[in-house]
Amino acid sequence: MSVSEGPAVAPAPILAAAPPARRSWAPMLQAAPLWAVLLLFFVFPLLATGVVSLWNYTEYSLVPDVTQRNYVEMFEGCSDLSGGLCTTFRTYISTLRLCGMVWACTLVLGFAVSYFLCFHVRSDGMRMALFLVCTAPFLTSNVIRMISWIPLLGREGVVNGVLVGAGIVDKPQDWLLFSEFSVVLAFVHLYTLFVVVPVFNSMMRIDHRLLEAARDAGATGWQTVWHVVVPLAKPGLVIGSIFVIVLVMGDFVTIGVMGGQQIASVGKVIQVQMSYLQFPAAAAQAMVLLALVLLVIAVMTKLVDIRREL
Amino acid sequence: MNGKGFTRRAALQAAGGMAAAGLAAPAVHAQGAVVLRYVGTAVNQHQGIKEKVKEDLGITLEYVPVTSDDVVRRAVTQPNSFDILDSEYWMLKKIIPSGNLVGMDAKRIKLVNEITTVFTKGEIAGKKIGGQGTAPWKVGYLPGREAKSFANGQTEWLTLIPTVYNADTLGIRPDRIGRPIDSWAELLNPQFKGRASILNIPSIGIMDAAMVVEATGQHKYADKGNMTRAEIDLTMRVLTEAKRAGQFRAFWKDFNESVNLMASGEVVIQSMWSPAVTAVRSKGVPCIYQPLKEGYRAWAGGFGLPKTLTGRKLDATYDFINWFLSGWAGAFLNRQGYYAAVLSTAQKAMQPFEWDYWMLGKPAAQDIKAPDGTLLEKAGAVRDGGSYEQRMGGIACWNAVMDENDYMVRKWNEFIAA
Repeated sequence: MSVSEGPAVAPAPILAAAPPARRSWAPMLQAAPLWAVLLLFFVFPLLATGVVSLWNYTEYSLVPDVTQRNYVEMFEGCSDLSGGLCTTFRTYISTLRLCGMVWACTLVLGFAVSYFLCFHVRSDGMRMALFLVCTAPFLTSNVIRMISWIPLLGREGVVNGVLVGAGIVDKPQDWLLFSEFSVVLAFVHLYTLFVVVPVFNSMMRIDHRLLEAARDAGATGWQTVWHVVVPLAKPGLVIGSIFVIVLVMGDFVTIGVMGGQQIASVGKVIQVQMSYLQFPAAAAQAMVLLALVLLVIAVMTKLVDIRREL
Repeated sequence: MNGKGFTRRAALQAAGGMAAAGLAAPAVHAQGAVVLRYVGTAVNQHQGIKEKVKEDLGITLEYVPVTSDDVVRRAVTQPNSFDILDSEYWMLKKIIPSGNLVGMDAKRIKLVNEITTVFTKGEIAGKKIGGQGTAPWKVGYLPGREAKSFANGQTEWLTLIPTVYNADTLGIRPDRIGRPIDSWAELLNPQFKGRASILNIPSIGIMDAAMVVEATGQHKYADKGNMTRAEIDLTMRVLTEAKRAGQFRAFWKDFNESVNLMASGEVVIQSMWSPAVTAVRSKGVPCIYQPLKEGYRAWAGGFGLPKTLTGRKLDATYDFINWFLSGWAGAFLNRQGYYAAVLSTAQKAMQPFEWDYWMLGKPAAQDIKAPDGTLLEKAGAVRDGGSYEQRMGGIACWNAVMDENDYMVRKWNEFIAA
């Protein structure tokens, strides 16, 4: 892999020095609408979920209360490891494993696509055209993109037809559909763009003279990628990762449809509980999921200080 | 300010005038069209019924299609959001205790005595029907208009006026199986490893599993629709073992998924709904709704009244329900393979050859068409499962909500995670 020899992008202008600190209400007021929206549609529902997770419930009603029931039932049997892991742990591990696989695939793919767009495509016009092509699948709905895999991968689908017809396999392969493979495939298809965009954005800011300097200093192509491009693209990689992880951890539709409803996910558990009017149990489950996702994001932002890098 | 006061006064006068006019003209239809918000699963929400209601009664139905889980959720949490609830009988165990539905006054339902004995007594042609689960006659009546628990026998107050009901069984692909299937046990037969499916709707899925457990002689349930914790554990263990052994290709959650699984050949045997089998067949794929010797799992739905309903809307709702039982709608439903609650009027609205095919299990004398005119069966075809009496008489259990529902849902999640 070689680095493009295109004209170097002009170095980013040094940010103008911050204006002198001034006590003023104007900025506060300017930020107020956003605060109000966040408060009303984010903080308040979150608090409500937290409160409801402590409530009790019956078949047909919610009982305001402060009970640990929902959390206790969620982790029932989890301290006893003799009979295998408890449902909650197994569900989380299944979700995390899927998430890990999707994350790895989207990161590698997203990085490769962005790298190609930034450093191999020379004209700006071509670059934008190709970038728009990347977004083309998003013109159809998420569900259609997912479901259209089914006739391709099915037992009597196109892929199996070709494989059997070409004599590569002697009977249709069942692992293509309703398996972890198909779930990961659909996720990668759905979410790679969420990595491409921020990584592309980060890469476009890289001064091409740095790459030339690396080459002049005797770095190989791979060394340049690893020691120059990856560190400078880190903010994009982290932001893309956050998108993918948050989306996959909470998903229940894709895992349900592509996994033939046979693969456990936390989102699915919450959905089942909601449909049986067990809102407090679902709220408790949601709080635990939220805590876990926040933890993952906290670790990632610890590794890369996004604010500083941006 | 002055102008505002004037207009307010004018508005008040106008309102007074309108009220007087209202008093002077008590006729319901004189006040313009009534709109009824109709919440239910999409199963019964046909354009054809909507148009006919508008034509016959001048009432506009506003369909609000939701999933069956959402029917319960709406009824329990948002009783103001509908004027008529199309609910299933098993849902009542959750809805009635909330007090959001009121009893329907039998005196205002003209054909109340014509409603089939399946609903009123649990009998068909004088014979008792299997009553395991939430059978409609157990939850069909209330002791009073605003009661929150069910009456033991027939009373003046009905929870729901039945609309449709049917008996569910396994759908199979005869071309792929190539031998007769006659027992629920076949669902977990290793011969169909990787080619079987069940519903991922816990309360229905577990009953199908219970039919299998009984068919294989592993356990005899006192009531499949109301298992003990030990029975739930046993049933889920059987299912879990089958899942781990790779018996299931996929689980399905909605109607179209079940159609696609079957039509695409992913699955050759699965629990199915009657119109889904018709849908597979209409794609030219052979599919049979196979009657089984252990019997059917039945379900039934009907109209319920929210407690918030008063005045004209209440009257209009009763008008609509009376219309629904008066024949046209019953025939419409019968022609789709469901059954109507009042059979005598439905029969009058159907052609004799249609009645013979759908209700009496006789070979079709002419081509059988759906209400929209599409060809369903060619002349000479016989309905799967035979006549109304054979099918409804063969019911083993009804869709249900268990007392241990909570525990069952947790166990089901465990099964999905296994």
